[in-house]
Amino acid sequence: MAKGLSRQKKRDLVAYSFIAPNFIGFAVFTLVPIVFAFALAFFNWDGSNPITFAGLSNFKQLTGDVFFKAALKNTIIYCIGTVPLTMIASLALAIVLNQKVVGRGIFRTLSFFPYVASLVAVTSVWKMLFHPSKGPINNILYTVFHVPMEQLPQWFTGGLVLVSMILFSVWKYMGYYMVIYLAGLQGISAELYEAASLDGANTWQKFQYITWPQLRSTTFFVVVMLTINCFKVYDIAIMLAGGGSGELTISSTVLVYYIYQKAFIDWKLGYSSAVAMVLFLMVFVVTMIQFRGQKKYQ
Amino acid sequence: MKSARKKAIAGKVLVYVILIIIAALMIIPFIWMLSASIKSDREVFQMNPFVLIPENPKWSNYHDIWTKIPMLKFVENTVFLTIVVTFLQLLTSSFAAYSFAKLEFKHKNTLFFAYIATIAMPWQVYMVPQFIMMRKFGLNDKLLAIICLQAFSAFGVFMMKQFYEDIPDELCEAARIDGMSEYRIYASIMLPLSKPALSTLTIFTFVNTWNDYLGPLIYLKSEAKKTIQLGLKMFISQYSSDYGLIMAGSVLSLIPVLAVFLCLQKYFVEGVASTGLKG
Repeated sequence: MAKGLSRQKKRDLVAYSFIAPNFIGFAVFTLVPIVFAFALAFFNWDGSNPITFAGLSNFKQLTGDVFFKAALKNTIIYCIGTVPLTMIASLALAIVLNQKVVGRGIFRTLSFFPYVASLVAVTSVWKMLFHPSKGPINNILYTVFHVPMEQLPQWFTGGLVLVSMILFSVWKYMGYYMVIYLAGLQGISAELYEAASLDGANTWQKFQYITWPQLRSTTFFVVVMLTINCFKVYDIAIMLAGGGSGELTISSTVLVYYIYQKAFIDWKLGYSSAVAMVLFLMVFVVTMIQFRGQKKYQ
Repeated sequence: MKSARKKAIAGKVLVYVILIIIAALMIIPFIWMLSASIKSDREVFQMNPFVLIPENPKWSNYHDIWTKIPMLKFVENTVFLTIVVTFLQLLTSSFAAYSFAKLEFKHKNTLFFAYIATIAMPWQVYMVPQFIMMRKFGLNDKLLAIICLQAFSAFGVFMMKQFYEDIPDELCEAARIDGMSEYRIYASIMLPLSKPALSTLTIFTFVNTWNDYLGPLIYLKSEAKKTIQLGLKMFISQYSSDYGLIMAGSVLSLIPVLAVFLCLQKYFVEGVASTGLKG
């Protein structure tokens, strides 16, 4: 008995030795800061002077903060634009690439290029392509479509910033979601399509009655992932709309930028954490929806 | 019957037209980037006629970018970070995942719950307290900070565990009966079998670390510590109209990720698809 116990203990120790290298790093650099983040939202602190308890005042202040509201609004608009467009684009691409076409592998690889390419590099190309006065896009609008010079779109300022961000994001991430859809499509039994063909169904009917319903759980997953990733948008806004020192104006600010700005520029750590809690809540709600959905679909 | 065949051909044509349009949209920015990287600033925006390769290609852009900014230092820092982070991530998460997937031990579920509970937690939510903590540890403006931040993700453990669970337990059991230690089983049976998962995790980690912007922006302040992304961004804000040089720098920053991706992509598509559907 005593020997058995020690063998079990030995096994535990071996198991822990496997986990320890990762878990220690994970606990110190992820778990502890997460706990810290929740607490910090209820305090006022600038990082060097003594910390003071603030109760709910940080959250109360948020409700009257114009910049916060703009950041929240822009993030949500970005999300509403990006999620459906990326979903449709990646589904369409997946359906096309699921056909027997020549060079399928090459097309698949190409559509992944934007996803792996660094943001700094590809956004700088976009800023050239969409350059308001010199870029080829506006050049085409001017010479081919005869849009008057003064009405040419200013892609990276004012109301159009969000449109540019959405277009860019669809371009950059559709390849990734395409792969997820492709896996979903390959899971649909070919017999379903054969039966439909015998019944004389056309392409659109096959999509409507077979493909789309069969992909429900994939679509659900894609939409959840897309939404969460949109909530976290930051780099795209900074790269496309950020000024010389990387600052965002009220028309292009997003939640994560506001967290960053409040913490690392204004050093209002408590307030910044309160904004972070809003981001957390948004992601949390979507994750909960995902858990419930997963149960339903599987 | 004839009209059906016509329809089928029309369908095929449509598929190719869509494909070519999408492929063009995907690839044009990259072609533009390559083309602009060997042009002078005057030629970059020249549209009528648009030339892909200028008469006198300005190869010097690829030379000048190394002297205009400390590009070599940036590349060194990024390569160092990416290799160390990717190595640590692969090693520690496959290690932990083996234990979670194949061993029985006390508090297993509690420990794994810690990973599960935080996998959906955006880093942006706790990046501020994390910075404060790292600063206390004296890691501000140190490359080590980025390593600590990137190398121990819940995602890696989760992904590897999913993969290991699909490997039959009998393999491990048989090895145990043969007297192999758990470490030997991990090293000589599990690791060689998990190439697809390791490749996928390599691409994810490599691409994430190489392309990360916000992490380095928060931690790496002095120029000698900057990564290629920060350095390029800095260059762009300083010399916003040196388009040829900006593009040459961008092309250089893309080469390593594209190379890694092309080498491992065979597994990647498979990996994304499976982690995507399960995770």
